[in-house]
Amino acid sequence: MDDDAVFRALADRSRRQLLDRLHRANGQTLGELCQGLEMTRQAVAKHLAILEEANLVAVEWRGREKHHFLNPVPINDIAERWIGKFERPRLAALAKLKRTLEGNE
Amino acid sequence: MTDKPGSSYIYVTYIRTTPEKLWAALTDPKMMKDYWFGTIQECDWKKGSPWKMLFADGRIADAGEVLEVDPPRRLVLKWRNEWKPELKAEGPARCVYEIEPVDGAVKLTVTHTIERTGSKFIEAVSGGWPRILSNLKSLLETGEVLMRSK
Repeated sequence: MDDDAVFRALADRSRRQLLDRLHRANGQTLGELCQGLEMTRQAVAKHLAILEEANLVAVEWRGREKHHFLNPVPINDIAERWIGKFERPRLAALAKLKRTLEGNE
Repeated sequence: MTDKPGSSYIYVTYIRTTPEKLWAALTDPKMMKDYWFGTIQECDWKKGSPWKMLFADGRIADAGEVLEVDPPRRLVLKWRNEWKPELKAEGPARCVYEIEPVDGAVKLTVTHTIERTGSKFIEAVSGGWPRILSNLKSLLETGEVLMRSK
């Protein structure tokens, strides 16, 4: 809910890895998120709780299954605060140029 | 994980306001125009009523109807893209707004779902929602939107 919680939650490689996995496939359960990870189920659950507390992960219960969704709104709030107002078109152009030059487009 | 039927996105934002003020912001055409980057929504917010979203130049962007309305707690819209044939072909999506008071703030959850797996429509709206919700939060907390145009 506050920026400190968002930055603290993001300041950890494992938690960023979990967000990356949700970015690839949204709405996963704890069991699905654990697959192929070096972390224990307990560690993943703890990291998810911190991400949820920071509102970076939103959850939805479907029956007894808890599904996790990447919630990009707090990161967007932070981005808009410093770069949104004036810089967005230029940054988008730079990002596009970078992708073109690096051959990802 | 990828074989789950349907596509959905959930967005959550906490806004320092009241459920009533947030409800007004979600249904007042003037306020909506401010944080929706100039698009206009037309609806009388009664169950079964048609709902339309128009670009600033009057073209229809999206259309649907009000499926549920329970002020200031819950609003459900049937929502279909009307201007991109490939998105329109996916049929209607469902958009649920839920408002809950939490510790002097209000939690707004927006859930956008469609039956089709790997939906391009859900992908398209997923990029827009965070910016709209950041704008809405700023408008209610400071009286100013962050950005007026895209």
